[in-house]
Amino acid sequence: MKKLINSPDSVVKDSLHGMQSAHPDILKIFFDPDFIIRADAPLKGKTAVVSGGGSGHEPMHGGFVGHGMLHGACPGDVFTSPTPDQILAAVKAVDGGAGVLAIVKNYSGDVMNFEMAAELASDEGIKTASVVINDDVAVKDSLYTQGRRGVGATVFAEKICGAASERGYDLKQITDLCQAVNANSRSMGMSLTSCTVPAAGKPTFQIAENEIEIGIGIHGEPGRERIPLKKASEIAGMMMDAITGDLPFKNKDRVILMLNGMGGTPLIELYLLYNEVFKIAASKGIIISRKLVGNYITSLDMQGFSITLLRVNDEMLKLWDDPVLTPALRWGM
Amino acid sequence: MVTIEKVKEWFLTLSDVYSKNREYLTDLDAAIGDADHGINLDRGFSAVRGEIEKMSSGGTGAESGSGGAGESGYGSSFPEFFRSVSMTLIKTIGGASGALLGTFFLEISRTVKAEKEMDGAKLVSALKAGVEGIKKRGHAQEGDKTMLDTWIPALRAMESEAASGGSVETILAAGLKNAEEGIGSTRSMIARKGRASYLGERSIGHLDPGAVSSYMMIKAAAKTLS
Repeated sequence: MKKLINSPDSVVKDSLHGMQSAHPDILKIFFDPDFIIRADAPLKGKTAVVSGGGSGHEPMHGGFVGHGMLHGACPGDVFTSPTPDQILAAVKAVDGGAGVLAIVKNYSGDVMNFEMAAELASDEGIKTASVVINDDVAVKDSLYTQGRRGVGATVFAEKICGAASERGYDLKQITDLCQAVNANSRSMGMSLTSCTVPAAGKPTFQIAENEIEIGIGIHGEPGRERIPLKKASEIAGMMMDAITGDLPFKNKDRVILMLNGMGGTPLIELYLLYNEVFKIAASKGIIISRKLVGNYITSLDMQGFSITLLRVNDEMLKLWDDPVLTPALRWGM
Repeated sequence: MVTIEKVKEWFLTLSDVYSKNREYLTDLDAAIGDADHGINLDRGFSAVRGEIEKMSSGGTGAESGSGGAGESGYGSSFPEFFRSVSMTLIKTIGGASGALLGTFFLEISRTVKAEKEMDGAKLVSALKAGVEGIKKRGHAQEGDKTMLDTWIPALRAMESEAASGGSVETILAAGLKNAEEGIGSTRSMIARKGRASYLGERSIGHLDPGAVSSYMMIKAAAKTLS
């Protein structure tokens, strides 16, 4: 393992200290338990929006804390869910009296820890609601499994719900909106290489030089199939077919599209892929109303990318365009 | 009769057991999960041991408490003790296991009374509340290849032994026998919950690590609470 770290045990905390030093105008970071809140939190009378999950997916979630997006975020250890006491501390710090929505990715640890935190918050008289994001089409949805994983739609949900909070939506309205964003989103990822968890010190899985994993999870979980490397245009085609066929996305549907890097993919390749995805969308009559190209939900140093499509209505587009000022996403202010 | 001293002994024993089986449990987890079960339990129950030892050496147990209610309750009544255990475990174990074990002991703490002793029937109803908590938190049932495949059969035996007037000793012995069978039953199951569920049929042939660590918990109870 070759990484720019001081010690495998202090990666998360060392990085949080760096975020605090880099963005004191936007964020306030607390330690033991670790959580990140907007520098101006709590916002009186506004519904607060929080999220959290294992670290290693930066900029998600801490990089999305700030005006117009998350009020708070709880970073767990690398690929490990945050703990209830940690989530509770963040919820208490951001609650402005109008309740708190937790946006949770569908992994068993995340779901259980957020549920337990919600019960503890309710003991203390704080109103909470939660929405579980499950947009990964690579995993079969079934009553008999954990179900689909939560991936790229989380970025969309955090931006749109954060904007709704600024506009004064109440807890019920934001929760419904978040569910609508999740219901209209689909994603899929792929990888060329494994990620390496610092504490493990070796790659999470083995993959040959000429192989790729289609449908990879953001922790290196297995996907749909392992196949020989193909041209970018063919890979983009396979993934767009899987995503658009699932909802399904139809001719004239307007979407926000995210072409997301897994952490170790150069931007030159992401734009090359965007070109392919852009052409495929056009051929299917899908209208890309807005787009993001870059690293937004990563898997440490993994090489690969994911695509997320959100079918939008006017309300979602308006909220998407609202001003946002976070370390990783900023426009309009 | 179960006393608070015996309950403390239970947790000290558990800390030893999980420390000794750290690698074994982690290896079981590596086969179908994310290879940290033994490490996490060892860390969590060592923290509980630390709190208990601090208490018996005359401290308040609260000085390391970072913002959580409950640590100060170590060493006093049954409800406070179990609630403190729950808070320590959710903070130190993490992941799904932290939430599940945290819920187990939190529900127990809500059921037990602040009294000097518990008889077998009261112990069983406390454990039942804990198991119901695990079911609710994990949205899981018997047969999903989880810790419940140890706990539910064990509880069945304990309830029937309690109903026929058994002592703490005979109740736990009955539970332990079923728990052992429960572990074995997970080998042929397909995992339906958690990370192992992504493996589908490939999870067959492996014991569930949570079922094994739960058996260890019941075994330690049989040794210390009787």
